[in-house]
Amino acid sequence: MNARRLAACAALAAALAAPGSPRAEYADVLINKRSDAAGVRPVVFPHWFHRIRFQCRVCHNELGFKMRAGSNDVLMADIADGKFCGMCHNDEIAWGAENCDLCHSGKPGLPSRIYGGHQTSGPGRW
Amino acid sequence: MLSLLWGAILCCISTASAAQWTPLARDEVHDPASPALRMLQEPAQALSTLPRDSAGNQVDWMRALNEGKIAPRAKLNAEAPIRLREDDILLNLRGGLPIVRFPHRSHTQWLDCSNCHEHIFKSKVGANRLSMSAILQGEQCGVCHGAVSFPLTECARCHNTPRGKK
Repeated sequence: MNARRLAACAALAAALAAPGSPRAEYADVLINKRSDAAGVRPVVFPHWFHRIRFQCRVCHNELGFKMRAGSNDVLMADIADGKFCGMCHNDEIAWGAENCDLCHSGKPGLPSRIYGGHQTSGPGRW
Repeated sequence: MLSLLWGAILCCISTASAAQWTPLARDEVHDPASPALRMLQEPAQALSTLPRDSAGNQVDWMRALNEGKIAPRAKLNAEAPIRLREDDILLNLRGGLPIVRFPHRSHTQWLDCSNCHEHIFKSKVGANRLSMSAILQGEQCGVCHGAVSFPLTECARCHNTPRGKK
């Protein structure tokens, strides 16, 4: 019991320290599975922006985004077909996929994960 | 003299709150050279009008929702189910800290049942073995708390019910 509590405390301390976390709004998902290789900026998905406009269930139930960064394999072809981001990013609800730069706006070379000051080591795990 | 002092204090407070959210160009996630930065909404513009919190990204998202400060769409497809559940579940009954009262209501105001059940939590009371270690590593409650909802430093928000006063 004590050992388990100690482990939890250590993990909490590590989470609080969060060394090297870029100063950003927490829960910005940076998606760089293929962007660097394709010569475009990685995608930044800001949770704070989207949750003002949509409840979690819209993307995480209706659109099928799994709740673990990295577990969704989204291709531009899917988006063009109206799946995933393309359910809204279709020039009707939100800007269409031809506005590449608006989503592909991340720093080149950054690894994919959730960025932000309040993450634990877990949710941002790739 | 006193009013000057108050003015200085208020000025400091308002400067501090305006500086609370890092501009996109300096958040170390966006590329400052990206043309998108001229068009994307800045966090401070969107978040500074919402009810404040002392943790996370400084927004009390439940109050924002309940007070109608934001009205996020619940569905795209008219047939998509909206399932609200009102009951509370008591957790951590044998632990050392105060009991956790898990409110289904505030969770189902955002999420669908299937976001947590059955893959993260079994629906049967008592069937889930919760562990702070796992939560801190991003499992169980930690899938969201600490990433998109209030962080795990806020112990008393979950461990909120004194033992013996169920």
